Amino acid sequence: MTDIGSFKVKTGLAEMLKGGVIMDVTTPEQAIIAEEAGACAVMALERVPSDIRAEGGVARMADPSIIKNIMAVVSIPVMAKARIGHFVEARILEALGADYIDESEVLTPADDSYHINKHDFKVPFVCGCRNLGEALRRIGEGAAMIRTKGEPGTGNVVEAVRHMRTVMSEMRALTLMPQEELMTAAKDMGAPYDLVLYVAEHGKLPVVNFAAGGIATPADAALMMQLGVDGIFVGSGIFKSGDPKARAKAIVMATTHYKDAKLLAEISKDLGQPMSGIEISTLTESQRMQERGW
Amino acid sequence: MKKRVGVLALQGAFREHRQVLEKLGCDVTEVRRTSDLDGIQGLIIPGGESTTIGKLLRIDEMGERIKELGAKDMPIFGTCAGMILLSKTIVDSDQYRLNLMDTVVERNAFGRQVASFETDLQVPALGVNPLRAVFIRAPYLKEVAPNVGILAEYNGKIVFVRQGNLLASAFHPELTPDNRVHQYFLNMIDEH
Repeated sequence: MTDIGSFKVKTGLAEMLKGGVIMDVTTPEQAIIAEEAGACAVMALERVPSDIRAEGGVARMADPSIIKNIMAVVSIPVMAKARIGHFVEARILEALGADYIDESEVLTPADDSYHINKHDFKVPFVCGCRNLGEALRRIGEGAAMIRTKGEPGTGNVVEAVRHMRTVMSEMRALTLMPQEELMTAAKDMGAPYDLVLYVAEHGKLPVVNFAAGGIATPADAALMMQLGVDGIFVGSGIFKSGDPKARAKAIVMATTHYKDAKLLAEISKDLGQPMSGIEISTLTESQRMQERGW
Repeated sequence: MKKRVGVLALQGAFREHRQVLEKLGCDVTEVRRTSDLDGIQGLIIPGGESTTIGKLLRIDEMGERIKELGAKDMPIFGTCAGMILLSKTIVDSDQYRLNLMDTVVERNAFGRQVASFETDLQVPALGVNPLRAVFIRAPYLKEVAPNVGILAEYNGKIVFVRQGNLLASAFHPELTPDNRVHQYFLNMIDEH
C-alpha cells in the first residue's frame, strides 16, 4: 500500500535536514547564496525577523510569488511561514508546494487561543517551543519538527539557550520519574499524556529538534549543537551581517564540525561584522515574539 | 571480529544508520574528517541534502579519498542523497559528486515534499516478503549501464541498484525497522 504524506514521511524530511542549517531568505539571489554556502533548506520570507521587529505592524504570510520565485531557483527544500492558527495561509502554502510550513511566532498570530490542526495536512509543519509542554502540545497537534523559539531578530542567543536547556532538563526529569508521577507531570506541563510517556521512556522528543531565534555566529551554532539540538535555523543573522556569503558558509561548517574547537577557530576568522543585536532586557513584553503561542 | 563500518556524518540522517549497524553488531565510525576513513571496511553515505554534503566533502579532499577507496573496491552504500553523490551523471546539475557509479540520476524525481510517500517494494534479492520503503523528495535512476544490477523498481522507475562493491537506494532503509538492506550491505563487506 502506498501512503502519501504519512507522519513517517513528514518526520522523515526533518531527519534528512539534521546536522544542517536552514537559512531565512527574502529573494532568489539570497536563496542561491544560501544554497551555494551549503544550506540544507531555505525559509522563504517577505522580511527577516529583525526587519519585522523594526518596521512593526502586522506580519503575514509572504506573497506567493516570492515563494514561487525562490522555489524556481534552488533544488534544496523551501520552507515558508504561516501565522499561528491561520490554517488558510497554511493551505495556500501547501498548494504552492512549500516543503515545510513554519507556524511561526515571528508573524503576528491570527488566533489567540488555538494553533493549526496540522494532522489535517499533507505538508509537514515545524513549530517553536520554550519548554517541553509547549513542544509536546505542538507535536500533539501534528507538528513533525520542533525548534526552540529563542528571541527572533535579536542576534542574541541567550533565549535559544534557555529554551533548549529547559526542554533538555524537563526531559531528563521525566526519565527519572516513577510511573505514578507522570500523569500529574502531564497535567502540570499541559502536555498530552501519551507523549509524556514517550519522552519518559526514550529520553528524547519523538521528532527532530532544531535551534532558532538569535543565532548569529558559527560559535552560536556550535554551542546549540553541543547543547543537543539536531540542526540550526538562522534568520536575520546571515543577510543582516557584513559578509553574508562568508558567514553562511562558516555557520554550515560549524554545524557539522561543532565539537572541533581548532577547526571552529579557523572557521570563525575574518567574517566581517555580525548583525548588531539587541539585549533582551531592553525589549518590552509586547516586543517579545516568544510569548506568542498557546 | 566486529566489522568496522563508517557512516559519513557531515549532514543528514547518519545517526539512524549508526543505530541499525550497531544493532547488527558492527563497530561504527562517524566520518567527519578524512582521517576518520582510516581502517574502515565499508562506508554508508546517508540521506540528507546532496548539495550540502557535496560542499562539505570538498574540505580537505575527503571526497577524493572516498573516490579512491571506492575505486579500490571498498564497499560503499548510498541512500537517497548518497545515491545522487555516487552517480556519474546528475540530470541538470553540475554539483559535486563522487563519480563512482555508471548511473544517471534525477533529483527530486517524484516531486516536492507533498509528494513524498512510503510503499511496499518487491526486492527479490532480499526474499519474498515485500520491503517497506520510505521515499522523501527522492531521486530515481533514469538510466544505468549494463554492468549495474537492478535490485528494485517502483512503478517502472529504478530505485535500488548494485554495481560490484557499490550499492545505492533512492529510499531510506534506516527509517524502517526492517534491517535486510543493511544486512545485504554487510554481506557485501564479507564477500570483499
